[in-house]
Amino acid sequence: MRYERPQTIEDAAALLAGPEAKSFVLAGGTDLLVRMQNDAFEADLIVDIKAIDGMDAIAETDDGFVIGAAVPCAALAEHASLTAAWPGVVEGANLIGSTQVQGRCTMVGNLCNASPAADSVPALVAADARVRIVGPAGRREASVLEIPTGPGKTSLAKGEVIEALVLPKRAAGSGDAYLRFIPRTEMDIAVVGVGVNLTVDEAGTVTSARVALGAVAATVLLVQEAADALVGSTLDDAALQALAAACSAAATPIDDKRGTVAFRKHVAGVLARRAAQAAYDRAGGK
Amino acid sequence: MSSIAVSTTINGDDVEYLCQPDETLLDVLRNRLGLTGAKEGCGTGDCGACSVVVDGRLVCSCLVLGAEAEGRSIETIEGMADGSELHPLQRQFIEHAALQCGICTPGFLVAAKALLEQNPNPTETEIRFWLAGNLCRCTGYDKIVRAVQAAAAEMRGEPA
Repeated sequence: MRYERPQTIEDAAALLAGPEAKSFVLAGGTDLLVRMQNDAFEADLIVDIKAIDGMDAIAETDDGFVIGAAVPCAALAEHASLTAAWPGVVEGANLIGSTQVQGRCTMVGNLCNASPAADSVPALVAADARVRIVGPAGRREASVLEIPTGPGKTSLAKGEVIEALVLPKRAAGSGDAYLRFIPRTEMDIAVVGVGVNLTVDEAGTVTSARVALGAVAATVLLVQEAADALVGSTLDDAALQALAAACSAAATPIDDKRGTVAFRKHVAGVLARRAAQAAYDRAGGK
Repeated sequence: MSSIAVSTTINGDDVEYLCQPDETLLDVLRNRLGLTGAKEGCGTGDCGACSVVVDGRLVCSCLVLGAEAEGRSIETIEGMADGSELHPLQRQFIEHAALQCGICTPGFLVAAKALLEQNPNPTETEIRFWLAGNLCRCTGYDKIVRAVQAAAAEMRGEPA
C-alpha cells in the first residue's frame, strides 16, 4: 500500500485515476481506518487530501456556504453563521460518533461511505446541497442526492474526488431540522432519520419545503409528497398528518434487530412531524 | 512497503520517525516512540482509550495514520503532568477513586482536559456527553464524572 499526500485537488484526482485497482480517499479516516483494521481489507493507494489548500475551510460566498471536504464535523458547530443559517445540517453532522470521531469525521466522508443510515445526509438532501467534484474529465457539480446509489456505493467514477459541499444561500424565513431515532441516548446508528427544510412567508404559510428520509431504504429518500403536504399550509394538524402519512408510505425499510418494518415506517412519520415543527419554529413560523 | 519519514511535534518536542503507510498513530506512539500511555482497547474508534489531541482536536489515535502526523502538533497523556506535579484532573481522579484497572484512564484524562479547555464549567450532562466516546468497564462512570467536576471547580479557583 502507498500513502500519498498531494498538494492540489487535480493531483489527488490524477493519483486516484492511476493504475491502482483499490484506491481510497483519506479525509477524516473514521470509516476508512476502521475498514483497514479488517484483515480482508486491501488497499493499493491511500490519497490523503488534507494538505490541499482550502480542504479544511468553511467559506461564506455568493453561492452560499462552501465547506471543504476535509472539514471535521466538530468545526461546523464552531461556525456561528453556518449554524445560524443551517442548524439542521449542523445538528445532523454533529450526531455522528463520539467527541473523538467528531474531531475527524467529515460530511463528505459520511456521504461517500454511502451508509443508508448516514446521519448528515438527510439534512443535506433537504437543504438541496451540492458537491463540487474534480476528476480526470475536469470539474462537475452534482446534488448530494445523486451521490449514493446503494449501501457502500456511489455514482463517483474512478478518479473522481469531492472537493467541497455547497449549501445554498438562505431565503429569509427559512429553517431546517434533523431528527433521528436510536435505542440509546447517544453513540448509535440511526434506525430512522428525517431532515426537513422549509421557508415561510410573513403570514406563516409554508412556501417551499424539502423532506428527506434516512435509514428506511437503500439510499436516502427525497419525498416529494411529504413536501407537498407542507407547502401552502401553516403547519396545521391536517398538514402534519398528511406529512406523516406520506413519510410512512415512502419508507421501504428493512426488518432487523434494531427495528421492524412497521416500527420504522411509523417512526418515519412521527419524526417527520417533529422535525417539520422544529424547522417551522426556526423559520419564524410560530 | 517503503517507510515514510515523518516530522512532528509531540508534547512540545520535535520528533522524527519512520513508519509504514498503514501504521496507525497509536502504534507509532506505543511501538516506535515508547509513549505507552495511550492504550489500544478496540482499535476501531469506539472506546477512546487511545485518545490524543491533534492540532487542538480530540481524536482516537487508532483512527489516525502515523504518516498523517507530518507537520502537526500532538498532545498525549505523557505531556499532562508538569514534571512530578500532577494535573488537577489526574489528582482528582486519584482523590475520587475514578479508576480501577486503569486501562481507560489516560483516554479519559486527555478527553476531560480537552473538555475543560473549551468549557471550564460544564454541566454533568455536558461532561457525560463529551465523554460518551470513552468506555470504562470498572467504575460505572459516576466517580469519573465527580472527579472531572472537582477538577473543573479547582481549576476555576473555587474552594473545594
